[in-house]
Amino acid sequence: MAEATRNIVLHVSDVHKRFGGLHALSDIDLEVEEGKTHAIIGPNGAGKSTLLNVIVGRLAPTSGAVVFDGQVLTGRKPHQINQLGVARVFQTPEIFPDLTVLQNVMAPAFAKRDGAFRINIVRALDRETEIREEAEAILDDVGLIDRRDSHAGALSRGDKRRMELAMCLIQHPRLLLLDEPTAGMSRHDTNTTIDLLKKIKARGMTKVIIEHDMHVVFSLADKISVLSGGRIIAEGLPDDVRNSPKVQEAYLGGAHRLEAH
Amino acid sequence: MSLFAIPRRDLIVLALFSLVVLAMPIWLQPLGAAYPALMQKFVISAVFAIGFNILFGLTGYLSFGHAAFLGVGSYTAVWSFKLLTMDALPAMVFAVIVSGLFALIIGYLCLRRSGIYFSILTLAFAQMCYNLAYSVLTPITNGETSLQLTLSDPRVIDSALAPRGAGLPSAGLFGHAFSGLEGFYFCAVVLIIAFFVAQKIFSSPFGMMLRAIKSNQTRMNYTGFNTRPYALTAFVISGMYAGLAGALFAITDPLAGTERMQWTASGEVVLMTILGGVGTLVGPVIGAWLIEYFENIFSAFNEQILHRVFSWVPEGAQDFVVTIVSKFVGEGWQLTLGLLFMLVVIFMPGGVMEGVRRIVSLFNRPQRRDPGAMRVQPAE
Ligand SMILES: Nc1ncnc2c1ncn2[C@@H]1O[C@H](COP(=O)(O)OP(=O)(O)O)[C@@H](O)[C@H]1O
Ligand SMILES: [Mg+2]
Repeated sequence: MAEATRNIVLHVSDVHKRFGGLHALSDIDLEVEEGKTHAIIGPNGAGKSTLLNVIVGRLAPTSGAVVFDGQVLTGRKPHQINQLGVARVFQTPEIFPDLTVLQNVMAPAFAKRDGAFRINIVRALDRETEIREEAEAILDDVGLIDRRDSHAGALSRGDKRRMELAMCLIQHPRLLLLDEPTAGMSRHDTNTTIDLLKKIKARGMTKVIIEHDMHVVFSLADKISVLSGGRIIAEGLPDDVRNSPKVQEAYLGGAHRLEAH
Repeated sequence: MSLFAIPRRDLIVLALFSLVVLAMPIWLQPLGAAYPALMQKFVISAVFAIGFNILFGLTGYLSFGHAAFLGVGSYTAVWSFKLLTMDALPAMVFAVIVSGLFALIIGYLCLRRSGIYFSILTLAFAQMCYNLAYSVLTPITNGETSLQLTLSDPRVIDSALAPRGAGLPSAGLFGHAFSGLEGFYFCAVVLIIAFFVAQKIFSSPFGMMLRAIKSNQTRMNYTGFNTRPYALTAFVISGMYAGLAGALFAITDPLAGTERMQWTASGEVVLMTILGGVGTLVGPVIGAWLIEYFENIFSAFNEQILHRVFSWVPEGAQDFVVTIVSKFVGEGWQLTLGLLFMLVVIFMPGGVMEGVRRIVSLFNRPQRRDPGAMRVQPAE
């Protein structure tokens, strides 16, 4: 009976993506439940980032469709998809290197408040107290408040990731896509990020997370899909996936890899 | 009211800027450049450069065709003089509107590309405008002979209000024709207003969006911004500034020729902006003044003046020094400007403003170590 109340917020149906002769994605079906964290794992080159690119409109699928909250995303522009409530942290941080850290986090809040385009000249930036205060609060959450006036380009790779996460969080997206959010972070920063992501989860934000670090995956995921060679080879609850011999064989290459972390 | 409210720091800059502009007749005197005609050029080029920088400095889109909007502004202003009135205000309003419309169309088409392709497209459109002004559009532009006032112009508003004078009228304000330094002061006030508007844009959320586009357009898109209309708005605003500058040229000298639209004029504003400091408020103004100074004063230096300048050098050596230096002044002014430009771009990519910043930080550094020194030296 619990089935009836399940609310699927993201629906990827029968997506194929070909790059010339390369089948980067084949037959992808994915259902992400509202408020849940769905992890996608798989070896390098499996097609994980490509899948996110298809969802956010960076790539058009060769066939198939992506539906978010009853709206077809396929064919929409990236900014339209974001305006529907989808935010993304990229594998290589996409930030504004020439702006300050605070400005980096404030800018997305304007997109959320004012929409995709608005000429906002009358009020000076430093009078936008509400947005600034919220940006500062989120910077505090991710542990970057001390760097608020630094040039974002001067941050370390790990700090850039945390800032990019802050840039997504200030939009209060309904769906947050994270492409290896802890890559390049120290153990300590990784743990802080896990705590942060758990906190967001408590607020009911739906997340799709790509991650290599099994410690991160198993501490966050409600459900795991295993991608290999562009196909989903296994899917289920973390424990099922962990114990699936098929996954062990195809991706994890033996139990010791799973216990490594 | 927040329409006029600006941050305190900006207010200080605006006050200093106004002072420097209005005091031009004084501080340009020792530099030998305090003629009304030249000072007007200084002021008008500054308007042009400030506007250009709103596009290039903030969004990073480098236009090589902004002289087209300057020309459109001049033609529109002269037509306003010919058909309606010699009053400067309607001429400026029409010039800004018409050049804004041109910028909307050209910008819409050119902004489909970015980087070097955008630059080439703007250059192509500007050359097209230039050639049209020379050929098909001669009924409007008067081609090679330039668009000028004539005695038979209708000037309907002026004629209705007052009997016609004998000669050709000159531009003015509310029936009063500019004479002496009035034209300069009028342009100076327009420059100060233009600077204020640029300040508002720079310090606004809109300005931050434009900077963000320059910094990472991809991130802008995935953050929910539609970047094209932002860039187009910046393009139109900078086109309007260029049109305003064109109108001011026509106000100080009611004549509009095709040469104002030439690609060299487009290139010059690029040089001004880079020389002064791309993306800074004051930089383009300094760049504009430097280049106008070189073009008008440096180019007029001849050997007699040089002998006077180097009169302190002993007789024999004096001839030698003057011979060498004379290659760099007079007709050689472009050589000097080229060298200066190269030096700036290589050693101070941020232009004159970067030099200023470096000097300021040089003075600031010891202050940080010794807090007592901070009280002695007032903030600049
Ligand atoms: N834009 C592209 N053009 C061509 N091939 C691509 C493109 N993007 C990804 N690929 C290829 O698709 C495959 C999957 O890549 P990707 O999705 O980045 O893998 P993962 O993120 O799982 O490591 C790789 O073989 C990659 O080389
Ligand atoms: Mg990847």
